[in-house]
Amino acid sequence: MNSALGEVMEVCLLAGKIMLQSGAEIYRIEDTMNRIARACAIPEAQSYVTPTGIFLTLQGLEQNQQQTKFLRINNRQIDLNKIVEVNEISRKLSEGEITLHKAREALLTIEKSSFLYPLWLQIIAAALTSGFFSLAFGGTVNDFLPSVAAGGLGFLLYTISTRHIAVKFFSEIFAAFAIGFIAYLFYYLGMYNFNIDIHIDKVIIGSVMPLVPGVLIMNSIRDLMAGDLVAGLARGTEAFLTAFAIGSGVAVALAVLM
Amino acid sequence: MSWTALYASFFATMGFGVLFNIPRKSLIACGFVGMLGWTVYVILTVNMNINLITSTLAAAFIVATASQILARYYKMPVTVFSISGVIPLVPGGMAYETIRHLIENDYTEGMRLGAITLLIAGSIAFGLIFSGVITENFSRRKRYPGGK
Repeated sequence: MNSALGEVMEVCLLAGKIMLQSGAEIYRIEDTMNRIARACAIPEAQSYVTPTGIFLTLQGLEQNQQQTKFLRINNRQIDLNKIVEVNEISRKLSEGEITLHKAREALLTIEKSSFLYPLWLQIIAAALTSGFFSLAFGGTVNDFLPSVAAGGLGFLLYTISTRHIAVKFFSEIFAAFAIGFIAYLFYYLGMYNFNIDIHIDKVIIGSVMPLVPGVLIMNSIRDLMAGDLVAGLARGTEAFLTAFAIGSGVAVALAVLM
Repeated sequence: MSWTALYASFFATMGFGVLFNIPRKSLIACGFVGMLGWTVYVILTVNMNINLITSTLAAAFIVATASQILARYYKMPVTVFSISGVIPLVPGGMAYETIRHLIENDYTEGMRLGAITLLIAGSIAFGLIFSGVITENFSRRKRYPGGK
């Protein structure tokens, strides 16, 4: 029985860890872990999740059978595919379609799995997203290509620099600086060499879209409304820092050039 | 309301879907949800001249409801559709502009944009949760607001 409790604990924490690292909402993570515990006939499970750590207590059938564990989370990146897959496994487990052992193996595979889309496709997606956002925000056809170039290069620089710089903040400043620089370059070339009118503010706002913390801001408020106050405030702070990094990166680039 | 807004928001949302690693089979559906939200928003703000916050609330509510339906159809968590669907509405760009104005010593504009950013983010979250609460009361299966 004791080892079973340990295995349930391991599976719950693994599921929680993958979901938290993939950017799931707090209540969903707590709900998933409690549901897995309930599916394994654990009488009582208490979970507490913050954006940087998971606490879980499982109470066995007898009074002295109790386990509490804590898990520290460092890396966070939005990955909806992993959330879908963990959700699927917890659903199958609670409907009795798979055993706990199978669930553990499946979760370990999910944890190791990489992105569905290769890096070049992500860069292209970021570039096109930037271009289309500049159009959606009122840019003209002339602003499309500069945004594609600035957004794609900015995202590429961001991805490369996050691999070498431990602090996310600096990668964001760096990428935002590059975006501001490239956007100004196009603006300057367009105005003085080709006589094309480029709206630099539309280009910049489109290009920073792949980096800005839109989802973070929204998740933060959703967490607050769902009652996870600590998580909501923590994510709000992260969103503020990201916005600050991007804003200052662009502002410095424009201040240097103009 | 122009065609540009339609296809631009569709492809922008799909691009974000790739960045968020959304499963291939739901990528196009995500693009449509994003397009739906942005179209509603543009029609309300530009064509009917309704307040930004109210329009965002309405658009987020429609996005969330469409996401709930699609989530049932594709058997995936609602988040997959709602997160990518609200991407064009989410004030990420505005958060950046807030900070930029503050850094450039334009405090009045910065504070104004900051307040709007918070209100818009709040109204999106509220729209999502509101739609979640309504479906919860219809289906009687969910325990938490915000959808599942």
